[in-house]
Amino acid sequence: MTIEQLNEIKAKRADIVKVRTIIREEGEKLAKETAYRKQILVCGGTGCTSSGSMKILEALNEELKATGIQDEILVVRTGCFGLCSLGPIVIVYPEGAFYAQATVEGIKRIVDEHLVKGEICKDLLYKETVHEDGSIISLYETNFYKKQKRIALRNCGVIDPENIEEYIATEGYQALYKVLDSMTPDQVAQEVLDSGLRGRGGAGFPTGRKWMFTKDAPGDVKYVACNADEGDPGAFMDRSILEGDPHAIIEAMTIAAYTVGANQGYVYVRAEYPVAVHRLSIALQQARDYGLLGKNIFGKGFDFDIEIRLGAGAFVCGEETALLTSIEGNRGEPRPRPPFPAVKGLFGKPTLLNNVETYSNIAQIIRNGAAWYASMGTEKSKGTKVFALGGKITNVGLVEIPMGTTLREIVEEIGGGIPNGKKFKAAQTGGPSGGCIPAQYIDTPIDYESLSALGSMMGSGGLIVMDEDNCMVDVSKFYLNFTVDESCGKCTPCRIGTRKLYQLLEKITDGKGEMKDLDTIDELANHMKSSSLCALGQSAPNPVLSTLQYFKDEYIAHIEGKCCPSGVCKNLLQYNIIADKCKGCTLCARNCPAKAITGTVKQPHVIDQSKCIKCGVCISNCKFGAIIKK
Amino acid sequence: MTEKTVVPFQGTPEQEAQLKEVIAKHHDQPGGLMPTLQEAQGIYGYLPIEVQRMIADGLGMSLSEVYGVATFYSQFSLTPKGKHKISVCLGTACYVKGSDKILEAVEAKLGIKSGECTADGKFSIDSCRCVGACGLAPVMLVDEDVYGKLTPEQVGKILDKYDD
Ligand SMILES: Cc1cc2nc3c(=O)[nH]c(=O)nc-3n(C[C@H](O)[C@H](O)[C@H](O)COP(=O)(O)O)c2cc1C
Ligand code: SF4
Ligand code: SF4
Ligand code: FES
Repeated sequence: MTIEQLNEIKAKRADIVKVRTIIREEGEKLAKETAYRKQILVCGGTGCTSSGSMKILEALNEELKATGIQDEILVVRTGCFGLCSLGPIVIVYPEGAFYAQATVEGIKRIVDEHLVKGEICKDLLYKETVHEDGSIISLYETNFYKKQKRIALRNCGVIDPENIEEYIATEGYQALYKVLDSMTPDQVAQEVLDSGLRGRGGAGFPTGRKWMFTKDAPGDVKYVACNADEGDPGAFMDRSILEGDPHAIIEAMTIAAYTVGANQGYVYVRAEYPVAVHRLSIALQQARDYGLLGKNIFGKGFDFDIEIRLGAGAFVCGEETALLTSIEGNRGEPRPRPPFPAVKGLFGKPTLLNNVETYSNIAQIIRNGAAWYASMGTEKSKGTKVFALGGKITNVGLVEIPMGTTLREIVEEIGGGIPNGKKFKAAQTGGPSGGCIPAQYIDTPIDYESLSALGSMMGSGGLIVMDEDNCMVDVSKFYLNFTVDESCGKCTPCRIGTRKLYQLLEKITDGKGEMKDLDTIDELANHMKSSSLCALGQSAPNPVLSTLQYFKDEYIAHIEGKCCPSGVCKNLLQYNIIADKCKGCTLCARNCPAKAITGTVKQPHVIDQSKCIKCGVCISNCKFGAIIKK
Repeated sequence: MTEKTVVPFQGTPEQEAQLKEVIAKHHDQPGGLMPTLQEAQGIYGYLPIEVQRMIADGLGMSLSEVYGVATFYSQFSLTPKGKHKISVCLGTACYVKGSDKILEAVEAKLGIKSGECTADGKFSIDSCRCVGACGLAPVMLVDEDVYGKLTPEQVGKILDKYDD
């Protein structure tokens, strides 16, 4: 591959991709100059695939053939658009018509009415994109997108991740050429440092500094690795980037390898991410076929290749030393640092490890310059951050915001607020290592320092919203249950400490807690923080400490009042049927998943408390209000 | 309820031949044990001690080393799974939307606990931590099929579809 060839591929494809990223009027003009009158994008991310987007794609291709217009229309299977709760998602360009929750019947109409006749099916559009007067706006003007700034997610939902030429069309591999052609390793590391980029895997260490350490570490053999273990349950930023824009990671790792002097790279991916692994494998092979990976890249005498390694379901393997041990084929147990991986990492050699999202910013920093990146964000937290918004929020999905955006903007504007008219109670960031941000701090700007100051942390990007129906004691018990499962057991404070903490929380949620348990929790937590070997154990008490700080009254209600104010903790709850009100319609008994309800027709029914799993199905089924929860 | 009986190992010569190929492929690769175990589990569906022994011999390491790795990672299973594998997501996004109730409804329906397999070998239940469909929370997988936005009352009907 030469730069001329790269530019030729870019020129050939650029306009086609550009139609998807510019405003409607310009897009309509531009589309006429390309081979495709219209382009139809179908989301192939895991979220939309789960809601059936592959069936939509099949139906689409059949219908296009049936109508005979398949040559005028370009079908693109993209990565995640971000609005996962509205999947399967279909977008038609140049209009930018955003069809939500597409169905097989709907897609046939879209082909017949929109693609053939040019009449947008307004009733199938995402409602936020249709004005009352019937005019439509582009997705980028909706509340969900307006305040976002897409850098790491730039190509997600835009290009076909299985076609390297689409990546090249969006300036792909230009940064790699620039680096190999005209920059020294020192200059690259300096540029990354100047951009202010900090590690997106959780700890927020300055990326440029890490690159310098690894570059300067003595040794002939070095490695570059990418952390795609994404262990925070309920977070899917890295997966979406790998699924939607895998070449961005390959390009960045190659740049990193040139900088630190490595010739071999590894991507460590969670085994639960088959789609990401598949896309990444295709991308790696295409990069090799195009001479962008392998021997003598761009004819500049630099060799580099990447191998994929699958994790096997151990959260602790996201920790850097454990991850490297796991790639070596061993039990993924952390080891003490120093020595840091930059000095002694994989197979004992200096190793650079960065997170997927960290890498996804690199090529753009090189192309647009450090100053461009540093112009976004706050003083100490530059650029943007991707969050996986989940839980009790209308727009569950993937969002990327400039650092400094407030939690309120994320929840109320981008996230569309809390469904069912419920009240916002708290947001949890940082997963099992993090903490919660209660409603009174909803105006906090999101950056590394502000979140730490509140006792939470930036984390890798999980952002779970909770409403008044969530019990905070139950939530911290949930996280502790997770860390009990995931503690690798190597050191005692973590192995025993997590279990002890969990038992205390269980005691409280069972209604057997005593006030002095709260002191024990405090003492235990401090001990774990100071003497666990790795950050898993050190940060495991955070969810408890943070909820105890902001929601102590809930703990006290469980302990002294023997009640769960949110009606969640099972052992403090009972469902009962009021005999007087029960008409014996049998509806509850038929729907009870535990078969806990007995009774004959037209006779009052009873709940067998030993079988009841407190799921609440009966209460929502009973038309006579005969069932009460207390 | 379900007794922990040791299911006798029933590997076929074809499976063994496949395993030998896998071992040969990863024999000289640094850190080749994990990929070998992953592919072996793909062949046999689980990793009984017999298979671990073949891997240990094949890769030239001790059985205890292989066993240590196989038991460390939750993805590796030393016991066989049911014909239909049910997996309820207990990731945070699903949990705050009540996926624990879904799991209990599955357990109640089948009369076994998470981690167990029904006596007739038809169903096994597990929980997992995020399958990436958080937008559909709470989520359950039956084999490859994803069921989202679930309520406990839907569980029974869904499972009946697999009771063939
Ligand atoms: C228990 C534990 C789990 C972690 N999980 C992840 C993870 O899933 N993904 C990740 O990128 N970093 C994770 N980290 C952070 C890594 O150790 C490491 O800091 C990071 O991958 C470095 O990349 P960065 O500087 O680009 O953020 C975890 C750390 C700990 C202690
Ligand atoms: S702190 Fe926990 S996870 Fe980390 S090494 Fe110790 S036991 Fe293992
Ligand atoms: S709460 Fe659920 S398990 Fe209990 S009786 Fe009602 S439907 Fe049955
Ligand atoms: S938490 Fe269940 S799918 Fe993500």
